[in-house]
Amino acid sequence: MTQTFTLDGKTVPFEDGQTIMQAATKAGVFIPHLCYHPEFKPHGSCKLCTVKVNGRQTASCTMRAMPGMVVESDTEEINAERRALTQMLFVEGNHFCPSCEKSGNCQLQATAYHLGMMSPHFDHFFPNRAVDASHPEVLLDFNRCILCSLCVRASRDVDGKNVFALSGRGIKTHLIVNAKSGRLGDTDFTLADKAAQVCPVGVILVKRKGFSVPIGERTYDKAPIAATVEGR
Amino acid sequence: MTAKKKLKVATTSLAGCFGCHMSFLDIDERLFTLLEHIEFDRSPLTDIKECSPDCDIGIIEGGLCNAENVHVLREFRKNCKILIAMGACAINGGLPAQRNHLQLTTILEEVYHTSPGLANGMIPNDPELPLPLNKVHPIHEVVKIDYFIPGCPPSGDAIWKVLTDLLAGKEPELGHGLMHYD
Repeated sequence: MTQTFTLDGKTVPFEDGQTIMQAATKAGVFIPHLCYHPEFKPHGSCKLCTVKVNGRQTASCTMRAMPGMVVESDTEEINAERRALTQMLFVEGNHFCPSCEKSGNCQLQATAYHLGMMSPHFDHFFPNRAVDASHPEVLLDFNRCILCSLCVRASRDVDGKNVFALSGRGIKTHLIVNAKSGRLGDTDFTLADKAAQVCPVGVILVKRKGFSVPIGERTYDKAPIAATVEGR
Repeated sequence: MTAKKKLKVATTSLAGCFGCHMSFLDIDERLFTLLEHIEFDRSPLTDIKECSPDCDIGIIEGGLCNAENVHVLREFRKNCKILIAMGACAINGGLPAQRNHLQLTTILEEVYHTSPGLANGMIPNDPELPLPLNKVHPIHEVVKIDYFIPGCPPSGDAIWKVLTDLLAGKEPELGHGLMHYD
């Protein structure tokens, strides 16, 4: 017999070991997320995928589905919290969409659109972060890092290279490059690496590709992010 | 039957490039429809220099980069029932705010003293010039803003949607395709 739980009143089937996020995605239900990626072990850090399970909040990317669970996701209350988290991500870094090559393909931007983020609400930090253009094929713009750790996981778990890491704690957490100089050009990172493909925002950018797809014809110009959930 | 009183709309560009006002004009012939419902008060379109005390809607383009910007913004807040932040610069500082991680003195030095080709340059100090602020600020950090129209610039359609929603007495809503930060 198939096991099920309810998600916003809808019955969702799941298999043993699946998380709420995995089961929801398979059922075609979109739960906002930034640090979750179906190909990697969940990190549970961005908290955008927070849902209420039997009335208590938890990250749906790390929580195993259990029979009979009552899960709330697309509610005004939870979406307001997700919007506040997104606003905090925007003010913590320098997310200047008009000059960003990732605009239109950016999960952070598309998620903010989805959540109806009309303003950053909080005061901007305007941090001073250097860019790293030392690598011949790839540019690193740390201004846009949201600390999702997808590049860390991809480089460590798929590429076996450990090029990236998160360093520091709390508000001082930042992305570092594993080289004595701290520069990407002094690592064995290549364009073929999985880590070069996974950045949800505009930190890891391929050089000499800028605007090869014009603004207005990009992934989330064509359909909102909620419509990109697979559903099989 | 008396005609419905027209709403007074004031607009201004603070630390912006007038791109949002150009985009506003992109509503094209819909301006005529709009003018059946509104009249412009203080605005670059009328060249009126001060807001009437009974404006219904104030539309602000641009962020705050100098003392005069703050003065104008406060005048708008005081005189307008509804205040709208139009475009990226008003909402998050936009392009002018890209100077925020630099020291203002360093910027002035470079622009007026140390850039190549400058001879005997001096930092402008005419008392008529408003003093620059240390940092460029989004306008919601200084006064309460009621509605935001993101975009650099927002499309004419997005501006039209917000204004017509407001005229219809609805909460403005920008769906997919009208909501853009770039």
